[in-house]
Amino acid sequence: MKLLYFAWVRQKIGTSEEELSVPASVGTVLELIELLRKRGGGYEAAFRDLKALRVAVNQKHTGFDASLAAGDEVAFFPPVTGG
Amino acid sequence: MNNIRVQAEDFDPGVEIAALSDRCGSIGAVASFIGLVRGDGGLTAMTLDHYPGMCEREIGAHVVEAEGRWPLMGVRIVHRVGRLTPGERIVFVGVASSHRQAAFEACEFLMDYLKTRAPFWKLEERASAQTWVEARAQDDESVRRWR
Repeated sequence: MKLLYFAWVRQKIGTSEEELSVPASVGTVLELIELLRKRGGGYEAAFRDLKALRVAVNQKHTGFDASLAAGDEVAFFPPVTGG
Repeated sequence: MNNIRVQAEDFDPGVEIAALSDRCGSIGAVASFIGLVRGDGGLTAMTLDHYPGMCEREIGAHVVEAEGRWPLMGVRIVHRVGRLTPGERIVFVGVASSHRQAAFEACEFLMDYLKTRAPFWKLEERASAQTWVEARAQDDESVRRWR
């Protein structure tokens, strides 16, 4: 699975992208977040408040209950502020 | 013909507008919007972060939606990324249609969706600090009227 981080999420985690082999028990975005939080440090800080976060799976906005499959591209970021 | 670009370089609004106009003679209206970096509160620069690929995809999806709502004859959107200073252009949205109401409305619709759905993030620089701009509830209100 390819994980991407943008804006302050990237700054807190300290990287813009990474490849992750996700165990079969991780079937949703929320379960992926739980897995990442366990890494502590910047991950815990970035995923502390889900109200401040948005997620896209395969470049489409979705919710934290969205299901995941191997090979998905999952991006975490704050609410967008372009324009 | 539609044209959607995400780029670091500046754009020429005249060229963009002209590209919407020089067609078969059936276009009666071109409406455009240009967003600029505002130097409020001691702002010295603004850096736009973005999600390459998803930006174009998200903007493209809303152009298709706009085409379903209004009889459009051309849409051009340019959004800049990278570091910009006060007064610089950030975004261009231009819409061609046969009548002004459709052009005005589609232009506003596209800007409202761009601000609330397209994955861009602004980092503001001031003398003392760098801060990520927070999403505004007012922008969510603006987009709600189109539902």
